[in-house]
Amino acid sequence: MRPPDSELPILLERVQVAAGKVLILDAVSLNISSGAPTVLIGPNGAGKTTLLRVAMGLTQVTQGRVTWGGREHTAPTRRAIMFQRPVMLRRSAAANIRYALKTAGAPRSEWEPRTADLLKLVGLSGLAQRPARRLSGGEQQRLALARALARDPVVLFLDEPTASLDPAATKAIEDIVTNVAARGVKVMMSTHDLGQARRIAGEVVLLHRGQVIERGSADTFFANPQTEEAKKFIAGELLV
Amino acid sequence: METDASALQLVLSADPTLMAIVRLSLAVSLTAVGLAALIGVPVGAVIALTRFPGREATIIALNALMGLPPVVAGLAVFLALSHSGPLGAWGLLFTPTAMVIAQTILVAPIIAALSRQTIEDLWLEYRDEFAAMNVGPFGRVATLIWDARFSLVTALLAGFGRAAAEVGAIIIVGGNIDGFTRTMTTAIALETSKGNLPLAIGLGLVLIAIVIVINALAWGARRAGERLAG
Repeated sequence: MRPPDSELPILLERVQVAAGKVLILDAVSLNISSGAPTVLIGPNGAGKTTLLRVAMGLTQVTQGRVTWGGREHTAPTRRAIMFQRPVMLRRSAAANIRYALKTAGAPRSEWEPRTADLLKLVGLSGLAQRPARRLSGGEQQRLALARALARDPVVLFLDEPTASLDPAATKAIEDIVTNVAARGVKVMMSTHDLGQARRIAGEVVLLHRGQVIERGSADTFFANPQTEEAKKFIAGELLV
Repeated sequence: METDASALQLVLSADPTLMAIVRLSLAVSLTAVGLAALIGVPVGAVIALTRFPGREATIIALNALMGLPPVVAGLAVFLALSHSGPLGAWGLLFTPTAMVIAQTILVAPIIAALSRQTIEDLWLEYRDEFAAMNVGPFGRVATLIWDARFSLVTALLAGFGRAAAEVGAIIIVGGNIDGFTRTMTTAIALETSKGNLPLAIGLGLVLIAIVIVINALAWGARRAGERLAG
């Protein structure tokens, strides 16, 4: 029996994450609710990965509070994350997905049909029995996405899912993400790629030096940015 | 030259005495490696995955125990199993079981120390995925051991090498009794001292051949497994 959809909204209240004296996130408040994908943008070191990890519950905050559906310290039962460099378990592509289904508590009778469905969704049906570590970079990213989806998430975090992929592989990932978001899964992803943000985002959050500089609907953000940093970033200037 | 030919003849003719010694040696060493693996791999995994006071000291001690002198292990087991020892009532001294116990004590730290390193390296790689998939402690240990299985073969081989080659511990606790606790290494020591060089050389050849064959089989299994599982 899966728990109810209690992961949303995810509320970050004045969250601070520090590594020694360096503030990685500085008083970040954010409400992550159901709806169109939220895309985190910002330069390297802005805190995008840390923010995703905090929202996933993988990184402890130094100050502030995070709640998932109103509760603190909940296990990530219906949230999933795909890391920028996902690690493939040393087994076949299909076995990687079966492992995720097992850890998500899916009944054994569902493992095979759902594995087949997920492999089909990410276009890897023909590579089901191939060792996951022998797949190409793009295939591994798609397998990691399938593994994340095996958790039947309410919210899916994607950390630069297409970094270092070629355009074809990037399009494959974007199509899957769009498809998943259309099914009602809340997607929150980080990217460097403004074009990708325009294609996918319903909402944009600009991070810089660990702070939320600007947040708004994608249309408004790109058409009428409110802050100098956003204007510079959209214009392709360097934020330092 | 004559000695070499006699040794080869003993091996090729599957001399019953020689075969009995080979069988016992393999039984003792493989049983010890099996038991040591059952102890050492989980211990290595637990040390790899947990943080506790004295962990560094434990790792240093474990690494140091890899060099435990066999005669010291043999002496400890001898004292424990002797009539006046705490386990004397079991009546195990000068039996193959005592030899298995002594070799298990020698091999377990080797397997534990090498497993700890292997599993810790994989743990650093898998840590985030485990957290994201909400995998519990037992699931983590089981997954790491399974996924590191081909690398762990190396630890088992190191353990087998130690067990197959050692003579100090088993000669103390086994007594080198003809037809009962005589193994290849103890027999080689005895026959050399008696001047029966053909049997000693024959046993030496068999011992080297066994070690090579087992290593080759393990290597082949590892390569095949890696091809299939990645």
